[in-house]
Amino acid sequence: MRLINQKWRGTYTLFKKEVLRFWRVAFQTVASPVLTALLYLLIFSHVLASHVQVYENVAYTAFLIPGLIMMSLLQNAFANSSSSLIQSKVMGNIVFILLTPLSYLQFYIALLAAAMIRGLFVGFVIYLVALFFVDLPIVHIGWILTFAVLGSALLGTFGIIAGIWADKFDQMAAFQNFVIMPLTFLSGVFYSIHSLPPFWQVVSKFNPFFYMIDGFRFGFFGKGDVSPWLSLMVVIGFLLGLAWVCLKMLKSGYKLRG
Amino acid sequence: MKPAIQFNRVHKHFGELQALNGIDLTIPQGEFFGLLGPNGAGKSTLINILAGLLKPTYGSASVMGYDVVNDYQAARMALGVVPQELVFDPFFNVREMLRFQAGYFGRGRENDAWVDEILEGLGLTDKAHTNMRKLSGGMKRRALIAQALAHKPPVIVLDEPTAGVDVELRQMLWEFIKKLNRDGHTIVLTTHYLEEAETLCSRVAMMKQGEIVALDSTANLLNKYAGKNLRLDLGGAPLPAPLFSMLKSGEHGVYMLALSHLSQVEFALSELRKANVQIDDMQLIEPDLEDVFMSLVGSASHRNTDSILQS
Repeated sequence: MRLINQKWRGTYTLFKKEVLRFWRVAFQTVASPVLTALLYLLIFSHVLASHVQVYENVAYTAFLIPGLIMMSLLQNAFANSSSSLIQSKVMGNIVFILLTPLSYLQFYIALLAAAMIRGLFVGFVIYLVALFFVDLPIVHIGWILTFAVLGSALLGTFGIIAGIWADKFDQMAAFQNFVIMPLTFLSGVFYSIHSLPPFWQVVSKFNPFFYMIDGFRFGFFGKGDVSPWLSLMVVIGFLLGLAWVCLKMLKSGYKLRG
Repeated sequence: MKPAIQFNRVHKHFGELQALNGIDLTIPQGEFFGLLGPNGAGKSTLINILAGLLKPTYGSASVMGYDVVNDYQAARMALGVVPQELVFDPFFNVREMLRFQAGYFGRGRENDAWVDEILEGLGLTDKAHTNMRKLSGGMKRRALIAQALAHKPPVIVLDEPTAGVDVELRQMLWEFIKKLNRDGHTIVLTTHYLEEAETLCSRVAMMKQGEIVALDSTANLLNKYAGKNLRLDLGGAPLPAPLFSMLKSGEHGVYMLALSHLSQVEFALSELRKANVQIDDMQLIEPDLEDVFMSLVGSASHRNTDSILQS
């Protein structure tokens, strides 16, 4: 019992530290992504609202919002775990974690949970703010929550992998700009993939971000480009795969312990 | 009683480089132990293996009887390591950092009294709410030591804790660490300041190229490896050739001779008399760890002698 208590407290402490870390700079970690999402909303909805209708009876602005929420949620979950790790590696203070009895599993759970909290929180704030601009239906709250949680877990895990792998800030920036950004932008945040030429439709179907966004959007409108069950399977598959890689890396001490 | 620290035939290779070459070392509980050696001797590698930051290529290590690989959680609970580099987390203040550090080890509010004691002992009480970023170098060093102690470990390892620290702070740190030792904590320190090791450590290991070349009580080492020195002021006269073999250092007609036995004083005096050299001043000097260190680890002393003789 004492041991369980002690382990729980160790994990909780690391989780709390990780949450406080981004909360202390909330202007940068929460307010700024919300503002970015609102700028997208303002510009795209103004430019495209009268030209594009993706689903019948769904305004383009309404269609756009779940995509923007999910995009920000995913990017922030990734940013939290990856930047926390790369910073403490470059600063050297990661040694304070490595000297503790925390197991690789505790380490993973704490960093992942904090990343998920940031992603979900940013997403939720964007949702609240968006309500001022447009009426957004909610058809299946269950799908919305499922994809929000799984999406934040997937990108939080991905962020840990990137944070362990990268040795320098510019490697991390490259990861963000050449992997995360293209995958999010080419995933149907701003459009339905049915509006793409056939080749790019096929390409999009290999992008896990597409399934997260499509499944999430299904929860709002009850419509999507593919079945939410298919999206669920794909997202769970990717999450398990990445979690396996991540835990393997942590267990072996890759780049953290020599 | 289980030893505080034990290394069994520990090897560590980094590719071709053999950083550690079969280290055997046992440090009993309650000891104040010194680990000395030049840069690259393997001191930090040894400590990193103990802390779980590196895995030994071969051999094993334990803290309070817990293997650092197979039973790493119990081993790390018992160990507090003060890293050599001044690292810190810029997001938090001193007290927050200490609470977090204790929390990782499963300690909660009941630990606060101990945290206060550390803050007080290290003179950090009025900096408790200062962000780590805003502390001066000396204060950061203290905070670093405080962090290693936050979970009240029975075994404390300090890796070069006084590098770049001013004299006053150094004294204060040693008083604090001596008190910890009196309270029963085992202390291991690596240092470049041999004087420190001499006054603080009851036992010393000297490392060279990944091996321990001497391991004994400080007093024994001084007796065994470092005889007394004879300081001669010859008023500018040259040293007679038969005494060259004893020469340790010399400049401006003042020579330091190493004595392996006290009877050599007689020999030196008779040689001087033979050469008709007048002695202006003469002193017998007690050995220090630096002499032991040089005779075991450095070839620097020989080089020194050569250059004196050449000039």
